[in-house]
Amino acid sequence: MRFFVTCFLTLIGFGWLAGKQQPQITGVITHPGKPLIAVTEFRASGGAASLMSAFNDTVMNDLQSSPLVNFVPRTLYPLQVPQTASQLIPGVAVPGTPINGLRLTDWSLPPVSAGYLGFGYGAEDRGMLVIFGWFYSTDPHIPTLQQAQVFGRVYTASLDQAGAIDAGHRYAADILAVFGGKSLVGTRIVFVSNRSGAKEIWVMNWDGTNQKQLTHYGSISTFPSASPDGHIVAFTTYAPGYPAIRMISIDTGRQLPFYNQRASMNAFVTFTPDSKHVIYSSTAGGGPAQLYMANIDGSNFHRITDSGAIEVEAKINPKTGTDLVDTSGRSGLPQIYHMNLEGTDVRRLSAGTGEAVNPSWSPDGDHIAFAWTKGFDPGNYNIFVMDVVSGELTQLTSNEGRNENPSWAPDGLHIVYSSKRGRDSQIWVMNADGSGKHPLTQIGYNEKPVWVNAEK
Amino acid sequence: MRKRRALLTPAIVLTLAAAAGCHKKAPPPPPPPPPQAAPAPAKPTINYFTAEPSTITSGESATLRWSVTNATTVEIDNGIGQVSPDGRRAVTPTATTEYTLTATNAGGTSTATATVTVSIPPPPAAPPAQPSATPAQILAQQVHDIHFDYDKSDIRPSEEPIVQQDAAALKQIFAMDPNFSVTVEGHCDERGSAEYNLALGDRRAESVKNALVSMGVPASNLKTISYGKERPLCTESTEECWARNRRVHFSAGQ
Repeated sequence: MRFFVTCFLTLIGFGWLAGKQQPQITGVITHPGKPLIAVTEFRASGGAASLMSAFNDTVMNDLQSSPLVNFVPRTLYPLQVPQTASQLIPGVAVPGTPINGLRLTDWSLPPVSAGYLGFGYGAEDRGMLVIFGWFYSTDPHIPTLQQAQVFGRVYTASLDQAGAIDAGHRYAADILAVFGGKSLVGTRIVFVSNRSGAKEIWVMNWDGTNQKQLTHYGSISTFPSASPDGHIVAFTTYAPGYPAIRMISIDTGRQLPFYNQRASMNAFVTFTPDSKHVIYSSTAGGGPAQLYMANIDGSNFHRITDSGAIEVEAKINPKTGTDLVDTSGRSGLPQIYHMNLEGTDVRRLSAGTGEAVNPSWSPDGDHIAFAWTKGFDPGNYNIFVMDVVSGELTQLTSNEGRNENPSWAPDGLHIVYSSKRGRDSQIWVMNADGSGKHPLTQIGYNEKPVWVNAEK
Repeated sequence: MRKRRALLTPAIVLTLAAAAGCHKKAPPPPPPPPPQAAPAPAKPTINYFTAEPSTITSGESATLRWSVTNATTVEIDNGIGQVSPDGRRAVTPTATTEYTLTATNAGGTSTATATVTVSIPPPPAAPPAQPSATPAQILAQQVHDIHFDYDKSDIRPSEEPIVQQDAAALKQIFAMDPNFSVTVEGHCDERGSAEYNLALGDRRAESVKNALVSMGVPASNLKTISYGKERPLCTESTEECWARNRRVHFSAGQ
């Protein structure tokens, strides 16, 4: 297979020998026009040797699943690869010289045809795993090797599989950050689980590891949300005897002050981008739940909407901080509406058929993910994404249970959601185009995930 | 014999005369009456047969009294049967009854009657109101759930009578115990989103509370809460189960 591919590429690449760094045809293209990245398999000696396959697989998976870059398969790589920056040989090889893998041109030219090269090695140092990782541009117009280096870093981790995986995530995140990717490292997902015997708020790492119980009220605690600075989790709990808002520190679980208006119901907190104000729903006015804005501790509250219909699930635009979407009953069955923070300039975003609920902004403010029955029976929800400007719709789930509560990852490339199949409900993740769906939880009934930014 | 007797008589007379002082000769004593034929026997005599009191109300008793002479059997009807010639008996007729006493001997039968009149009792006084049930019991047994249509919180006409019955029972509860508190719970079926259902359940509870208050139930004794779809009565995905879950339920206290 490799021989065939090499021949094919050589024929194609013949016309590209002038040194174009990003030919239009290569072995595998997943994202046309995106940079081609090659990353070698890192090796190590001693106690770190057995951990490197976990590191390498993690790097490859993270880069392959990102739509920001195209990962060049390792089958195309030269047999010899650099392990340290000092092993790189500058300049262009004399034509006819066999490829040895130590020149950047060995990587920029066919068959690899990569625009960027990552390489390095691992070692055991004083009981820790240490990974040296470099990342270079292979652009032949860059005059010196030193200027071609994008970064060179040391990653320290525990000397075990988990450490190797974590280091792999971090190295891949640093590579993606070069191309505008926001890293998922350090991000978390808060969700609701009943596995302790009552519905409580839980938290886990973005990849589903380290699932931890945050609240212990033994009541019904649900509808979590998080501050953009990653520090605070807000939620609604029946612990005081009626549904009320509480806020806790995500790290310590310590309760933070929040003033609940006198009302039968206070719920659904959303934060402004500076994490200083909130908007939430309350029945304090006596009629159906309406939107109120307040300081982050609940003080200085004032009413925003007066629709005479149910207004819930307000979500402030994380990019602009000046507008919001919510779920409203003002036209009958629940639909998604858009308005500014004063509650004016109201327009309906959803089609008006079926029930449209659970809106969630993409980090760049261009898209809304939401759950919609789309003219099916009530209760038959799927996840859709809407372009806020054009209204263009994409359906991300179908024929796979009842799918709700989508929440975008900070990288804008992944969406976490809940999927209920029969009596069982679990947290799933998918790419923002609907591909790559996989579950993050297995135990208990899990729902209402919210992706939390890494703490600033 | 005649001779002897004839001799005897003057002898007695002479004796008597001699005893009397021999004044005069006494007139001869009247001869004994000749033996009579046995007379025809008399019927029994009922000396009296009375009922006291003669008028009673249903459930009360009267006493029959009688005295009979010269009877071999004495009977009273209406189930009393044979009795002694003198006696008394308590009776409790449920309706006006004429008792007949029959006294019999060889000479014949004598009868007498006594009537006990039973008057219609007056209607009983109304029984006093009995608070035998506690407020919690009345709540559990007489205050029923109200049901709603999908995505609606208005009270549909078919539910109006239940609301009225609930209002009456609640007013009774709060009159018995002004400190008793009732929570009006709003619930939804599983199909809508949990977020929207939290607010919809609140509308249902509020709607029912408003209706009850307009019927005179004191507002300060009613609290509202919504459980959205968090506390279903049943979990089947059927119309029947969904309809059961779309409800307002009443519970004690807060």
